[in-house]
Amino acid sequence: MDISTKTTAPPAPADPPTPALQTRASRGATRPGDRIFLGLSRGSGILLLVIMAAIAAFLTYRASMVLSKNDGNFLTTFEWNANATPPVFGIAVLAFGTIVSSVIAMAIAVPVAVGIALFITHYAPKKIGGAIAYVVDLLAAVPSIVYGLWGALFLVPHLTGFYSWLDDYFGWTGIFEWQGGAPRTLLAVGILLAIMILPIITNVSREVFRQAPLMHQEAALALGATRWEVIRMSVIPFGRSGVISASMLGLGRALGETMAVATVLSPSFEINASLLDPGGGTFAQNIAAKFSEATEQGRDALIASGLVLFIITLVVNGAARAIIARRKEYSGANA
Amino acid sequence: MKLQRKNRLRALSLGAIAVSGALALTACGSDDTSANGGSSSGPSAKAGSIKCGDAKGQLLANGSSAQANAIQAWVKAYTAECKGVQINYKPEGSGAGVTAFTQGQVAFAGSDSALKPEEVAASKKVCSGGQGIDLPMVGGPIAVGYNVPGVDNLVLDAKTLAQIFDGKISTWDDAAIAKLNPKAKLPKTKIQAFHRSDESGTTDNFTKYLKAASPADWKYSGGKAWQAKGGQSAQGSSGLAQQVKQTAGAISYFELSYAKDGIKTVDLDTGASAPVKATVENATKAISEAKTVGTGKDLALELNYATKADGAYPITLVTYEIVCDKGNKADTFPATKSFLTYIASQDGQDSLAALGYAPIPSEINTKVRDTIASLS
Repeated sequence: MDISTKTTAPPAPADPPTPALQTRASRGATRPGDRIFLGLSRGSGILLLVIMAAIAAFLTYRASMVLSKNDGNFLTTFEWNANATPPVFGIAVLAFGTIVSSVIAMAIAVPVAVGIALFITHYAPKKIGGAIAYVVDLLAAVPSIVYGLWGALFLVPHLTGFYSWLDDYFGWTGIFEWQGGAPRTLLAVGILLAIMILPIITNVSREVFRQAPLMHQEAALALGATRWEVIRMSVIPFGRSGVISASMLGLGRALGETMAVATVLSPSFEINASLLDPGGGTFAQNIAAKFSEATEQGRDALIASGLVLFIITLVVNGAARAIIARRKEYSGANA
Repeated sequence: MKLQRKNRLRALSLGAIAVSGALALTACGSDDTSANGGSSSGPSAKAGSIKCGDAKGQLLANGSSAQANAIQAWVKAYTAECKGVQINYKPEGSGAGVTAFTQGQVAFAGSDSALKPEEVAASKKVCSGGQGIDLPMVGGPIAVGYNVPGVDNLVLDAKTLAQIFDGKISTWDDAAIAKLNPKAKLPKTKIQAFHRSDESGTTDNFTKYLKAASPADWKYSGGKAWQAKGGQSAQGSSGLAQQVKQTAGAISYFELSYAKDGIKTVDLDTGASAPVKATVENATKAISEAKTVGTGKDLALELNYATKADGAYPITLVTYEIVCDKGNKADTFPATKSFLTYIASQDGQDSLAALGYAPIPSEINTKVRDTIASLS
């Protein structure tokens, strides 16, 4: 397949627009097939809006039933005791933990994923690249609870050495100060999440890099650019918006990850300046941990926290779309 | 290019569906305890103690995970005898069990704590003419497991336990611990106290003990959620046991059945003539000091956490089965009654000790049997 795009690159993009033009032009005198298809696709689009609206309405309704009874401040209280009368609960710690662990995951996963994608598309021999791509795809198929078990039983015990190294050299920053506790912290969660979101970012980036116009690359090579310069000048600018949308897909997974976080993190309702001290929690982890023993009122409180996660996700996705829209001139890939 | 990618994706997703489908199916299989009839590993029930009567059909139950292993063993023995009955107990937690019961979804619920007044009120809608009652059925010692290299037979009392879990005592060579263990070589290691991150009846009972036995050192109000600040946490009793095993300096609490694979447990200095070990017999002895606080047919117990009786291990959890005293559903009632009769019988209770649970002492158990006989 790749070879064919290499040899006949220019005519390929000319093909797709024709059917689109046809449907638009022939809207007046449609055949039943067109009308049925139009109805089906329009229905699907509307269904999506209805589903999103239903989720939002449900979350808002259930959340509104408990928020007025809250004895603490929903946004700033460092406590979750929603089954008590009166209930006391706040999402400050959860929002902090969710965002910090996702940011750590992104900071680790995005460079690695872009590196893997570039290696597969531009450096590796075809067979090796294919094998690596296949293994990365397999990572996506591992259930999150399996990651959780691996994280709790293997990763966490092996992190102690890394933690004491961080403490020795970067302890003075305050962020990497370690008290010597079990390393079940937001940093461990971030590392685990990074591994979990790696496949999706790699996968999409790989497809985008592969579509980088061959003419640009050959032109750069003809001017005497090295392979790295070709990548820097023609592949990365072309793929940037695709990498951003890939990262946002990964971020979405990191924000909502539940069981792996619940198994690895040592949650508590406090915020530590140090990433190496246990504490914190995430929205999804807290819902999983508290749901089974929650009363009606406790469940509503958890749903209220779910509403906040829902809003954060919407904001993140909106921001991503805005960034991609600004870079539209580079390509239409995945934008 | 597109096409090939699609095919690969399709193959991948097909594979994923196949694998997850298989997993889901096996998960169902292991839940359905009635499927594996008369295999021999379960407790050997004498046929005499199980009377099927006209019991038949499917019995749904939901509740405490603390008693899940006991229920599983009982169900195995019972359904081997009464082939017409299927019992499906989902160990989703006491809260979920009580909710399912008050919504009329299950024939009985398992719970680590007795029904609250508002839950009793809610149960009246389901039990026509009656209400939900608590039947104490399984006892369980909550062991305090620790991982201090080189220290065996650690003795602690309620005061030091409360201070350890509240972060007031932070190293193992603290004077308060040394005083209780004059012979032990205590290291300087930092204490890492682990508690449950999810809400749990085990936490409820453990903190009730700390509060009752050392009120000056444990000032929190208690409940299923852990309230003290600091310390570390993990999900579920198995998660805690795992942490104790892999973290030097760790201490935590979990049901005795999880204290295996070399996890050492604390002997309690309760004020009795000798420190009390966490064993099934010692737990039963402590339960026999409990008083019944339920009214009418309700047999909710109040444990005496501050007991000083010799050989009574006070950090004990009692889990209940919750049923209607009157107005049980006609189609499942014969099976419910027959099953409860079996688990409260001598054979049913005798099979508990092998699983790490404590049988209910006979004077309380007699009342339980009378109550079951009077259900309608």
